[in-house]
Amino acid sequence: MRVGVITFPGSNCDEDCSFSLGQLEGVEVSRLWHKDTASLGELDLIVLPGGFSYGDYLRTGAMAAISPIMSAVKEYASRGGRVFGICNGFQILCESGLLPGALVKNQKLGFICKEVTIEVGDPSPWTAPLSTGTQLKLPIAHGEGRFVVDPTTYSEMKKHGQIAFRYLEDLNGSFEKIAGITNREKNVCGMMPHPERAADLKSRDGMKIWNALLRQVREKA
Amino acid sequence: MKWISDTVISTLELAKELSLSREEYEYICGKLARKPNVAELGIFSSMYSEHCSYKSSRKYLKRFPTSGKRVLQGPGENAGIVDIGHGYAVAFKMESHNHPSFIEPYQGAATGVGGILRDIFTMGARPIALMDSLCFGDPRNSKTPSLVRGVVKGIGDYGNAVGVPTVAGQTFFHSCYNQNPLVNAFALGLVKTTDIYRGNATGIGNVVVYVGAKTGRDGVHGATMSSKEFSSEEELARPTVQVGDPFTEKLLLEATLEAMSEKLMVGIQDMGAAGLTSSSFEMAHRAGTGLSLDLDKVPTRETEMSAYELLLSESQERMLLVCEPKNLDRLRQVYEKWDLHAEVIGEVIGGGRVLMQKNGMTVVDLPVELVTDPPKVERPLMAPSDLKQRWFVDRNKLLLGSLEKKFESVFEATSFANPEPIIQQYDSMVGNRTEGDSFEDAAVLRVREIPGKNVRLALTVDGNPRVSWLWPLEGGRRAIAEAAINLALKGTQSIGVTDCLNFASPENPETVWQFSETVEGISIACEALGIPVISGNVSLYNETDGKPIYPTPMIGMVGLSEGKEKVRPSAFHSSSLDLALVGLPEGGIGGSLLASQWFQRDCGQPEETDLKSLVRTLNFLSKIKTKKFDYAIHDISDGGLLLAALEMAFYSRLNGLGIEISIPREVDVDAFLFGETVPRILVAYDTTESTEVEMLANQAGIKFTAIGSVNEQGQLVVKQGGAKVLQRDLAQLKTKWDQRLRGFF
Repeated sequence: MRVGVITFPGSNCDEDCSFSLGQLEGVEVSRLWHKDTASLGELDLIVLPGGFSYGDYLRTGAMAAISPIMSAVKEYASRGGRVFGICNGFQILCESGLLPGALVKNQKLGFICKEVTIEVGDPSPWTAPLSTGTQLKLPIAHGEGRFVVDPTTYSEMKKHGQIAFRYLEDLNGSFEKIAGITNREKNVCGMMPHPERAADLKSRDGMKIWNALLRQVREKA
Repeated sequence: MKWISDTVISTLELAKELSLSREEYEYICGKLARKPNVAELGIFSSMYSEHCSYKSSRKYLKRFPTSGKRVLQGPGENAGIVDIGHGYAVAFKMESHNHPSFIEPYQGAATGVGGILRDIFTMGARPIALMDSLCFGDPRNSKTPSLVRGVVKGIGDYGNAVGVPTVAGQTFFHSCYNQNPLVNAFALGLVKTTDIYRGNATGIGNVVVYVGAKTGRDGVHGATMSSKEFSSEEELARPTVQVGDPFTEKLLLEATLEAMSEKLMVGIQDMGAAGLTSSSFEMAHRAGTGLSLDLDKVPTRETEMSAYELLLSESQERMLLVCEPKNLDRLRQVYEKWDLHAEVIGEVIGGGRVLMQKNGMTVVDLPVELVTDPPKVERPLMAPSDLKQRWFVDRNKLLLGSLEKKFESVFEATSFANPEPIIQQYDSMVGNRTEGDSFEDAAVLRVREIPGKNVRLALTVDGNPRVSWLWPLEGGRRAIAEAAINLALKGTQSIGVTDCLNFASPENPETVWQFSETVEGISIACEALGIPVISGNVSLYNETDGKPIYPTPMIGMVGLSEGKEKVRPSAFHSSSLDLALVGLPEGGIGGSLLASQWFQRDCGQPEETDLKSLVRTLNFLSKIKTKKFDYAIHDISDGGLLLAALEMAFYSRLNGLGIEISIPREVDVDAFLFGETVPRILVAYDTTESTEVEMLANQAGIKFTAIGSVNEQGQLVVKQGGAKVLQRDLAQLKTKWDQRLRGFF
């Protein structure tokens, strides 16, 4: 399985994602620079890692969403390629239109770093075989993780089973406690919690997400 | 200062305005055989400041033990470096950003973090952890909440964005910091022993390159500002505070480490305090060379900046590096990849002088050593005359008080609080190596770069200003002892110390005495434990309107371990445990939180830390960690035994825990429950392990006292002779402890 991890200027979980995914058997990680545009087609999965791309200036993810590699990512996704965004990566996916909704400042404004419990939402290849309601302990670390979306889009998302994860309790004011979503086609997924930080330290529930990624690729292959 | 042309010849009056003394000015004129011009005077003013020159403190700092077989770099560089084996080393340092944080809390704290990170990566090390030690004024003081909020947000926003986890810290409240909060930031980086860089301008003919943010007028004269006392009006000094940009810092960090990995430079230094001046002169000084710089080449973001301003600007996120001409093109490419510009501003020359041109004219021509080696200042020192009064404690008054009231008085202290509202604003996990929680006695980080060996680092900051004020020598000694214990509680052995010595004005003989005694205390303890001091920082003049802070030595210490042993928590891991006290059954009341709260003043003579018993306790900890059974372990410090036991319950993930403590027959109740002598340790374990723990303590030659148990009854119960003398609902206590810092945010 070939995974591409993109580094934007200001990404700071790119190394953690690469390391954590690279520990999995059969996974080969390629590091991608945001100015690269070549041959994403070779990859089985593209990961947009967390961090503060472009210092969060203007709006989180807004600058990265228009960086050179993103047109290639959009093209890759439009052909059914799998794209996974974590934290700032999720913000970038929303800004670039690959995922619906937006992420804004946490309700109580401050940055929150802690281990939280989320539960698996609608069934999707990103979480299979975990059943809806399965609880996972994962760290969050964000100042702008409050998911907002208009009611019409939300009912569409619900109809199409796009709610991938919800927080167990209201942490940041996220609409319907949403922690992660997919696009309608289910090949693009974004989540605020960090599975890469829960692979072999404290909670190991991040491994469940990584295993779902592996399974998804293998089943398609 | 009004704008005066760079080349105008200086006067004594102007020198005094720039904080140089008559003696210093005359010394400079004598050595130069002329009067310096205005630009040159600016250089002397910064480099002769206490902040840059350590002219009052250097004499005492020589006392520190600084060598050891692991030490690869001691004091004098941007950071010290200690070997951790397997081809790796750690670079670390702690630095203060007190004055800027008082003037502008958010930016002051943020740029403090930025500065210490640059000190680490200029050594070639990738920063992997931050810690901070914060001292604020009385929480009831109207200014305190906004300072707390600003400082915490500043630290968080900067560290989080750069992607270096803030893994531990300490927050202390005391009225002596009302006008002088202390913000001390610690950073640690990891480096291969073969890839260490230093701040050397070596190789005549090599080029001097400026990288990073452009230079503005911000922070002009920050170093001088940090070297005198404040009056409250100086809050208006905001233009002297720098503004941080963590995004540029992140780019600078990645680009610099990438350039280093290709060996594209020979030496590098941060433009920190006194900016271009200190970096250029210090790099030339270390290499024994000189520099020729063209100031017109310095990238600026404001127009018509004078040489004086260019030299003294403290704009952030800038570095000066020296590179061989053949590597210049590639160096530029690397920085440009990260959207940064590398500009050649001069070259390395022989002759030990720094020459600077502006508009085609030589505006600076100074011998390096004259600038970097100011005359030492001999300051008189004197012990305070009222030490006896400070040490007086009316034990009778204490004896008459009820246990209930005493417990309330220590429990209500603001420093006894759940730190969560602060620590959750810091990303403590980025980098994916943080094993423990930020509230633990020490943070634990895994060194993934050394595979298969389970190499761990433990990090802690410690200091007890109350003890330092009452007895500076003991304050220094105890800070080292507590830090070493904290690291050992996490199964590691101390490998090095960095310190931030925060004091009031050295023009007061009492301050100098405090400083000298503190250094002695730190040195004695470090020698007893064989731990070198490898880096540090001195911050003097922490007084405003004549009100000095307490002497506040903050110790940052790093521990190392290798092996499969589990890291034990300080929180209770089960609801059925035996509880034992390892170490002296009684602690000292002098300098304790109880004494301060009870008498509403800090008082009493702190009890001396017995370094022999400290070594025995460390031996005990190194033995017990190898045992297979689970246990929770925590040291007794501020507030004494009861507060330590409460913390073990509060931090536990288990609900409904209860604690029962029986006061041993032969002890003084206050000294047992509230005394603060170091080292005393609480251990909680399954009943079946009781004999084993006792045996380990006996073998180590330290006292073991079974004092109680952990249960499921949800109460804190203290018994004496079988009768209950104190009972409190633990959940209610926890709620109060939880809420204590929430009000600030």
